[in-house]
Amino acid sequence: MTSFLAAAIIAATPLLFATLGELIAEKSGSLNLGVEGMMLMGAVIGFSAAYHTGNPVLALLGAFAAGALGALIFAVVTVTLQGNQVVTGLTLTIFGTGFSSFVGDKMIGQSVPKTVQSFFAKIDIPLLGDIPVIGPIFFRQDVFVYLGYLMVILFSIYLFKTRPGLNVRAVGENTAAADASGINITFYKYAHIIFGGGLCGLGGAYLAIVYVPMWQADVVNGRGWIAVALVIFAAWNPTKAFLGSFLFGALSILGMRMQSVNINISQYLLDIVQYVVMIVIVIISTHKNRKEDLPPGNLSESYFREDR
Amino acid sequence: MIYPIKISKRDHLPRGKVLLIRTSAIVLSILFSGVILLFFGLNPIRIFGTIIEGALGSQMRIEQTIIRAIPLTVTSLGILVAFKMKFWNIGGEGQIMIGALFASFVALNFGDLPKPLLLLLMAIASMIGGGIWALIPAAFKAKMGTNETIFTLMMNYIAIKFITYLQFGPWRDPSAQGFPKIPNFSENGVLPALFGVHIGWVVAIVLVAAVYLFMNYTKKGYEISVVGASMDTARYAGMNIPSVIMTAMFISGGLCGLTGMIQASAIEKTLTYGLSANYGFTAIITTWLARLNAVAVLFVCIAFAVLLQGAAFIQSAMHVPSSVAGVVQGVILFFVLGSEFFLQYRVRLGKGSGLFVSAGKEA
Repeated sequence: MTSFLAAAIIAATPLLFATLGELIAEKSGSLNLGVEGMMLMGAVIGFSAAYHTGNPVLALLGAFAAGALGALIFAVVTVTLQGNQVVTGLTLTIFGTGFSSFVGDKMIGQSVPKTVQSFFAKIDIPLLGDIPVIGPIFFRQDVFVYLGYLMVILFSIYLFKTRPGLNVRAVGENTAAADASGINITFYKYAHIIFGGGLCGLGGAYLAIVYVPMWQADVVNGRGWIAVALVIFAAWNPTKAFLGSFLFGALSILGMRMQSVNINISQYLLDIVQYVVMIVIVIISTHKNRKEDLPPGNLSESYFREDR
Repeated sequence: MIYPIKISKRDHLPRGKVLLIRTSAIVLSILFSGVILLFFGLNPIRIFGTIIEGALGSQMRIEQTIIRAIPLTVTSLGILVAFKMKFWNIGGEGQIMIGALFASFVALNFGDLPKPLLLLLMAIASMIGGGIWALIPAAFKAKMGTNETIFTLMMNYIAIKFITYLQFGPWRDPSAQGFPKIPNFSENGVLPALFGVHIGWVVAIVLVAAVYLFMNYTKKGYEISVVGASMDTARYAGMNIPSVIMTAMFISGGLCGLTGMIQASAIEKTLTYGLSANYGFTAIITTWLARLNAVAVLFVCIAFAVLLQGAAFIQSAMHVPSSVAGVVQGVILFFVLGSEFFLQYRVRLGKGSGLFVSAGKEA
C-alpha cells in the first residue's frame, strides 16, 4: 500500500504542475485549454535538451521555456488580439501535439543520459523521510516531486497572502474594476498565462524525462485535459489541486497495480474509471454554492477597456 | 510611456477590406509556417510543393485526398451545429467512435442482410450511437448547466478505451492468429464506390446542403443560432432552451457518429480503436475557419484534406514527419483567430493616430 501511494505521488506530479499552471492562468481570467499542447511542447524540448546536452538544469529550463512559449502565443491571440479563448486553447493543443511529434520524431525510443537520470534519482529527506508511512510516501522522492510541494506552498502564499496575488484574483474576478483601481491588466494576464504555461511545460517534461523515461509520441496522453478538469475539482485552490492530483495519480496507476497482484480486470476498463470519476466531479462542482468555490467571475472573457 | 498606437472600435467594414484582412491572415500564416520549417532546416518551398504534388499530383492521389475530405466534412458539419449554439463539443472523437461501434455491431451481427438494407441500418445505428453519446453531456448542460468542454472530452477517452477493450478482449477475432483485431465486415457491410471513391463523398455533399438549409431556413436551426447568440433572448422569446440544446447535440453527435460508420465501413472495413484519427479535433479548426458556414466547411475541409494527404505523402517521399500538418494547421488558425481583432478594431500608427505623435517624427 505504501509503495502504491508512493507511486501515486510520482504519477501525480506531472498532473500537479499542469494543474497549478492552469489554475494560475484561470485566476487571471484566462481559460487556456492548451494545457495538453503546452505539456507536449515542454516534454519534447525538455527531453531533447536532456538527450543532447545531458544537463538536467538545461532540460528543466528548456521545458519551462517551451511551455511558456506556447502560453505566449495564447496570450498574444487572446489578450492582445482578443481571440476566442476556447478555440485558441484547442488550437494550441493541436499545435503542440504536432510540434512535439515533429520535433521528437528522431528521438523515438531513446532514453535520457545517466547524468540526467541520477539528477532525478530518489532523495531521502533526513528526519521527514523516517516518519512511518508518511516518510516513504512523501519524502523519499525525487527533486521534481519536492519542487511540486514547494510550488503548492508558494502558490497558496502568493495567491492569498500577497498584494500581487490579491491583484491577480481581482483581475480574474472583475477585470473592469481591477482596471479602474489601477492594476495593469495586460501585464497581469500575460505574466500569469506565461508562467502557467511554463509549469505545464515542466509537467510534460517530468513525464518524458523521469516518469516514462523514454521518448514516445504522445507521452502526455490526455493528462493535460485531466489537469484542466482538476482545476475545477480544486475549486481554484492550490492545496486542493495537490489532493486532486494525488487522487488521480492513484486512479491512473490502479490498473497496473491490480494486475500485479493478479486481480484480472481489463486495464482498459479500469482506465475508464478515472474519466468517469472526473465527469462526476465536474457535474457535482456545478452545484457548489459556496462563494469561494466558484470560478473567477470574468473567466474566459476578453477585456477591452472601451467596451465598458 | 508613449504608445504610438491607437486602437478604436470599428463601426462597419466594407466587404473588400474584410476579405483583404482574412486573405492576408492566411498568407501570413503560410509564410510563418515556412519560417518554422526553415528553422528546422527544411526547405519550405520544397515541402509545400511536395504537399501539393502529393495531394493533387495524380488521379490516385486526388482520390486519396477526397477520401480524407469526406470524414472531415461530415464531422465538421456536426461540430458546426454545436458551435453555432456556443456548445463547445470537443467530443467529436468519441462520437465518431461510438457511431462506428454501433454500425459495427449491426455489420458484424447482421452481415447477411442485403447490401442496401444493411448499409442503411448501419448508418442509422451510427447516428443514434453518436447522438446518444452527445446527448449525455447535453442533458447535463441543459438541466444543470454542467461545463460541456471537459465532459465531452472525457467522453472521448471513455469511448476510445472501451473500444480498445473490445478489440483486445470480447470482440477480438480468434482467427487473426493472435493479432488483436476485430473481424472484418462482410462484403455487404462495405460502402460501394462511385467514380473511384467510396460513396461517402455523395453523402458529404448532400449533408452540406442539408445542414445549410437546416441552419438557415428552419425554425429549429434558427432557434439554435438564437440560443448561441444569447440565452436571455432565447428565454424571452419563449424558446424551450433545454429542448434546443438536446436536439442540436443529438444532430451534432449523430453527424459525427455517421463519420464513424463511413470510416469503419469504407476505410477500415472493421472497427479499430484508432479509427477516429483526430478528425474530431481537426474538425474544430475547419469549422471555425469556415466561420460556422456549412458551404464554407466543404471548401475548408477540401483544403485541409490536401494538407493532410500531402503531409502523409512527404512522410513517405521525403521522410519528413506528417505531424508537420498539425503545426501548419495550428499556425493558420492562430493567425485567423488573431486577425478577427483587425476586423473589429481599427489600429492606427504614429501620425495617423493624432494622439501620440513622437516629437522626432514631427520634426
